[in-house]
Amino acid sequence: MNPAAEYLRVTGLHAFYGESHILHGMDFRVNRGECVTLLGRNGAGRTTTLKAILGLTGRRTGSIMLNGREVIAAPPHRIAHLGVGYCPEERGIYASLSAEENLMLPPQVASGGLSLEEIHAMFPNLHERRKSQGSRLSGGEQQMLALARILRTGARLLLLDEISEGLAPVIVQKLAEVIRQLKEKGFTILLVEQNFRFAAPLADRMYIVERGAIVAEIGKGELEQKSAMLQKYLGV
Amino acid sequence: MSEVFGVPLQALLGQLMLGLVNGSFYAMLSLGLAVIFGMLNIINFAHGALYMMGAFIAWMSLEYLGIGYWWSLLLAPVLVGMLGILIERSMLQWLYKLDHLYGLLLTFGLALIIEGLFRDLFGVSGLPYTIPEELAGAFNLGFMFLPKYRAWIVLSSLTVCLLTWFMIEKTRLGAYLRAATENPRLTQAFGINVPLMVMLTYGFGVALAGFAGVLAAPALQVSPLMGSNLIIVVFAVVVIGGMGSILGSILTGLGLGVIEGLTKVFYPEASATVVFFVMVLVLLLRPAGLFGREK
Repeated sequence: MNPAAEYLRVTGLHAFYGESHILHGMDFRVNRGECVTLLGRNGAGRTTTLKAILGLTGRRTGSIMLNGREVIAAPPHRIAHLGVGYCPEERGIYASLSAEENLMLPPQVASGGLSLEEIHAMFPNLHERRKSQGSRLSGGEQQMLALARILRTGARLLLLDEISEGLAPVIVQKLAEVIRQLKEKGFTILLVEQNFRFAAPLADRMYIVERGAIVAEIGKGELEQKSAMLQKYLGV
Repeated sequence: MSEVFGVPLQALLGQLMLGLVNGSFYAMLSLGLAVIFGMLNIINFAHGALYMMGAFIAWMSLEYLGIGYWWSLLLAPVLVGMLGILIERSMLQWLYKLDHLYGLLLTFGLALIIEGLFRDLFGVSGLPYTIPEELAGAFNLGFMFLPKYRAWIVLSSLTVCLLTWFMIEKTRLGAYLRAATENPRLTQAFGINVPLMVMLTYGFGVALAGFAGVLAAPALQVSPLMGSNLIIVVFAVVVIGGMGSILGSILTGLGLGVIEGLTKVFYPEASATVVFFVMVLVLLLRPAGLFGREK
């Protein structure tokens, strides 16, 4: 694989929360413009992987190459400025900020982010609800907002954690549509998902995470032949 | 002469004004405490000592260097803020993950050290600081005399409080601050340098105390004890107002100053304790404080 095409390469990543050892040598890569999914059971270490990339866990060892740069020792606020946007599992909408303030909060990290017009075209609700307090938004609106606010900043690698979780089917469909549009616009996406049906059609490749390590990689064309393995690890 | 409930109007208005003056100090100090607690999770017991230092910086600048009141108003908050940043970097930053109690004990210890140092150097009798000539004298309002310096205290502290409120609630920097107060880890993951903001917040919060100290210097005696005399009431104000709201701590500070002043007119015996009565009442009825959010 041409290294210039590689946006993110994680090698031998171990991460800890205090004394608990959560990641046991994660190895994977995400190429520019790709949508890669981390599948796995609850507690397998997928969320921790995203947090470890951002420097939000405790101690970490191993290597995280972002755009050809080693960032394992970088503080969290530096990593965002290398073009990484993060949408956390709990959505992280600030209750003390209005919807508009939430949207405008993350600082610009590069040029080429979506304009406000593009964002409002993608999520019309957010424009209508812009004066509402963050805590007053519905679950779906909060999810849209959590996604929208990292599209403005010029980040090209999006780390999305369980964005379909707990939402009505019509909103999940809308999110899938948004992810497709983002892929067309050339965003690189690392998707952590529980919902196999949501992730499978979107992903170019999938990794299966089990006990803090990658146990399998599945290419787009290999779904059929590896369904026994999926059954074994995920029960789908 | 006109009277209200058997009290001469002039005495009433005079005490009301004094109440507003005291309230101005409560507001500025409790505002700093609330901002610091929100961001650092630290109950800053050193606040009174740093307020006292502000007054002493003004006094020493004039006495030793000939630097007058107006420059001190600028210089003292900057120096106190820098000292605050030093305290934050060298000590407080190690305590954020621990229980509130550790920060409280550390800053309480700091307050005792600072106060002890100044007692040793200057004694406890109090040093005079002359009102700057631009603010000496009084306005004759017809129905009462209003000392210019008292009006200045109320006006300038209100201005500072409202500017602080505006900065926190209405600007982009303030949105960063509120975000970092609510969810520091995520805010940092968005690329905002939260540790830097925490450091500056402490510096800014104690700079407010330093500013209040300079304002107080000509109105009260400059004394090593002036901080600890005031800070207990200020903590009661913070408890009454609740930690949640900036505007809340400003209003509570001013309001309690006025209540205290009026108590002096109608029932002087209770004037020193009325704030604590209010505190008990508020804690019974609204444990999170008048403007605080229930957790």
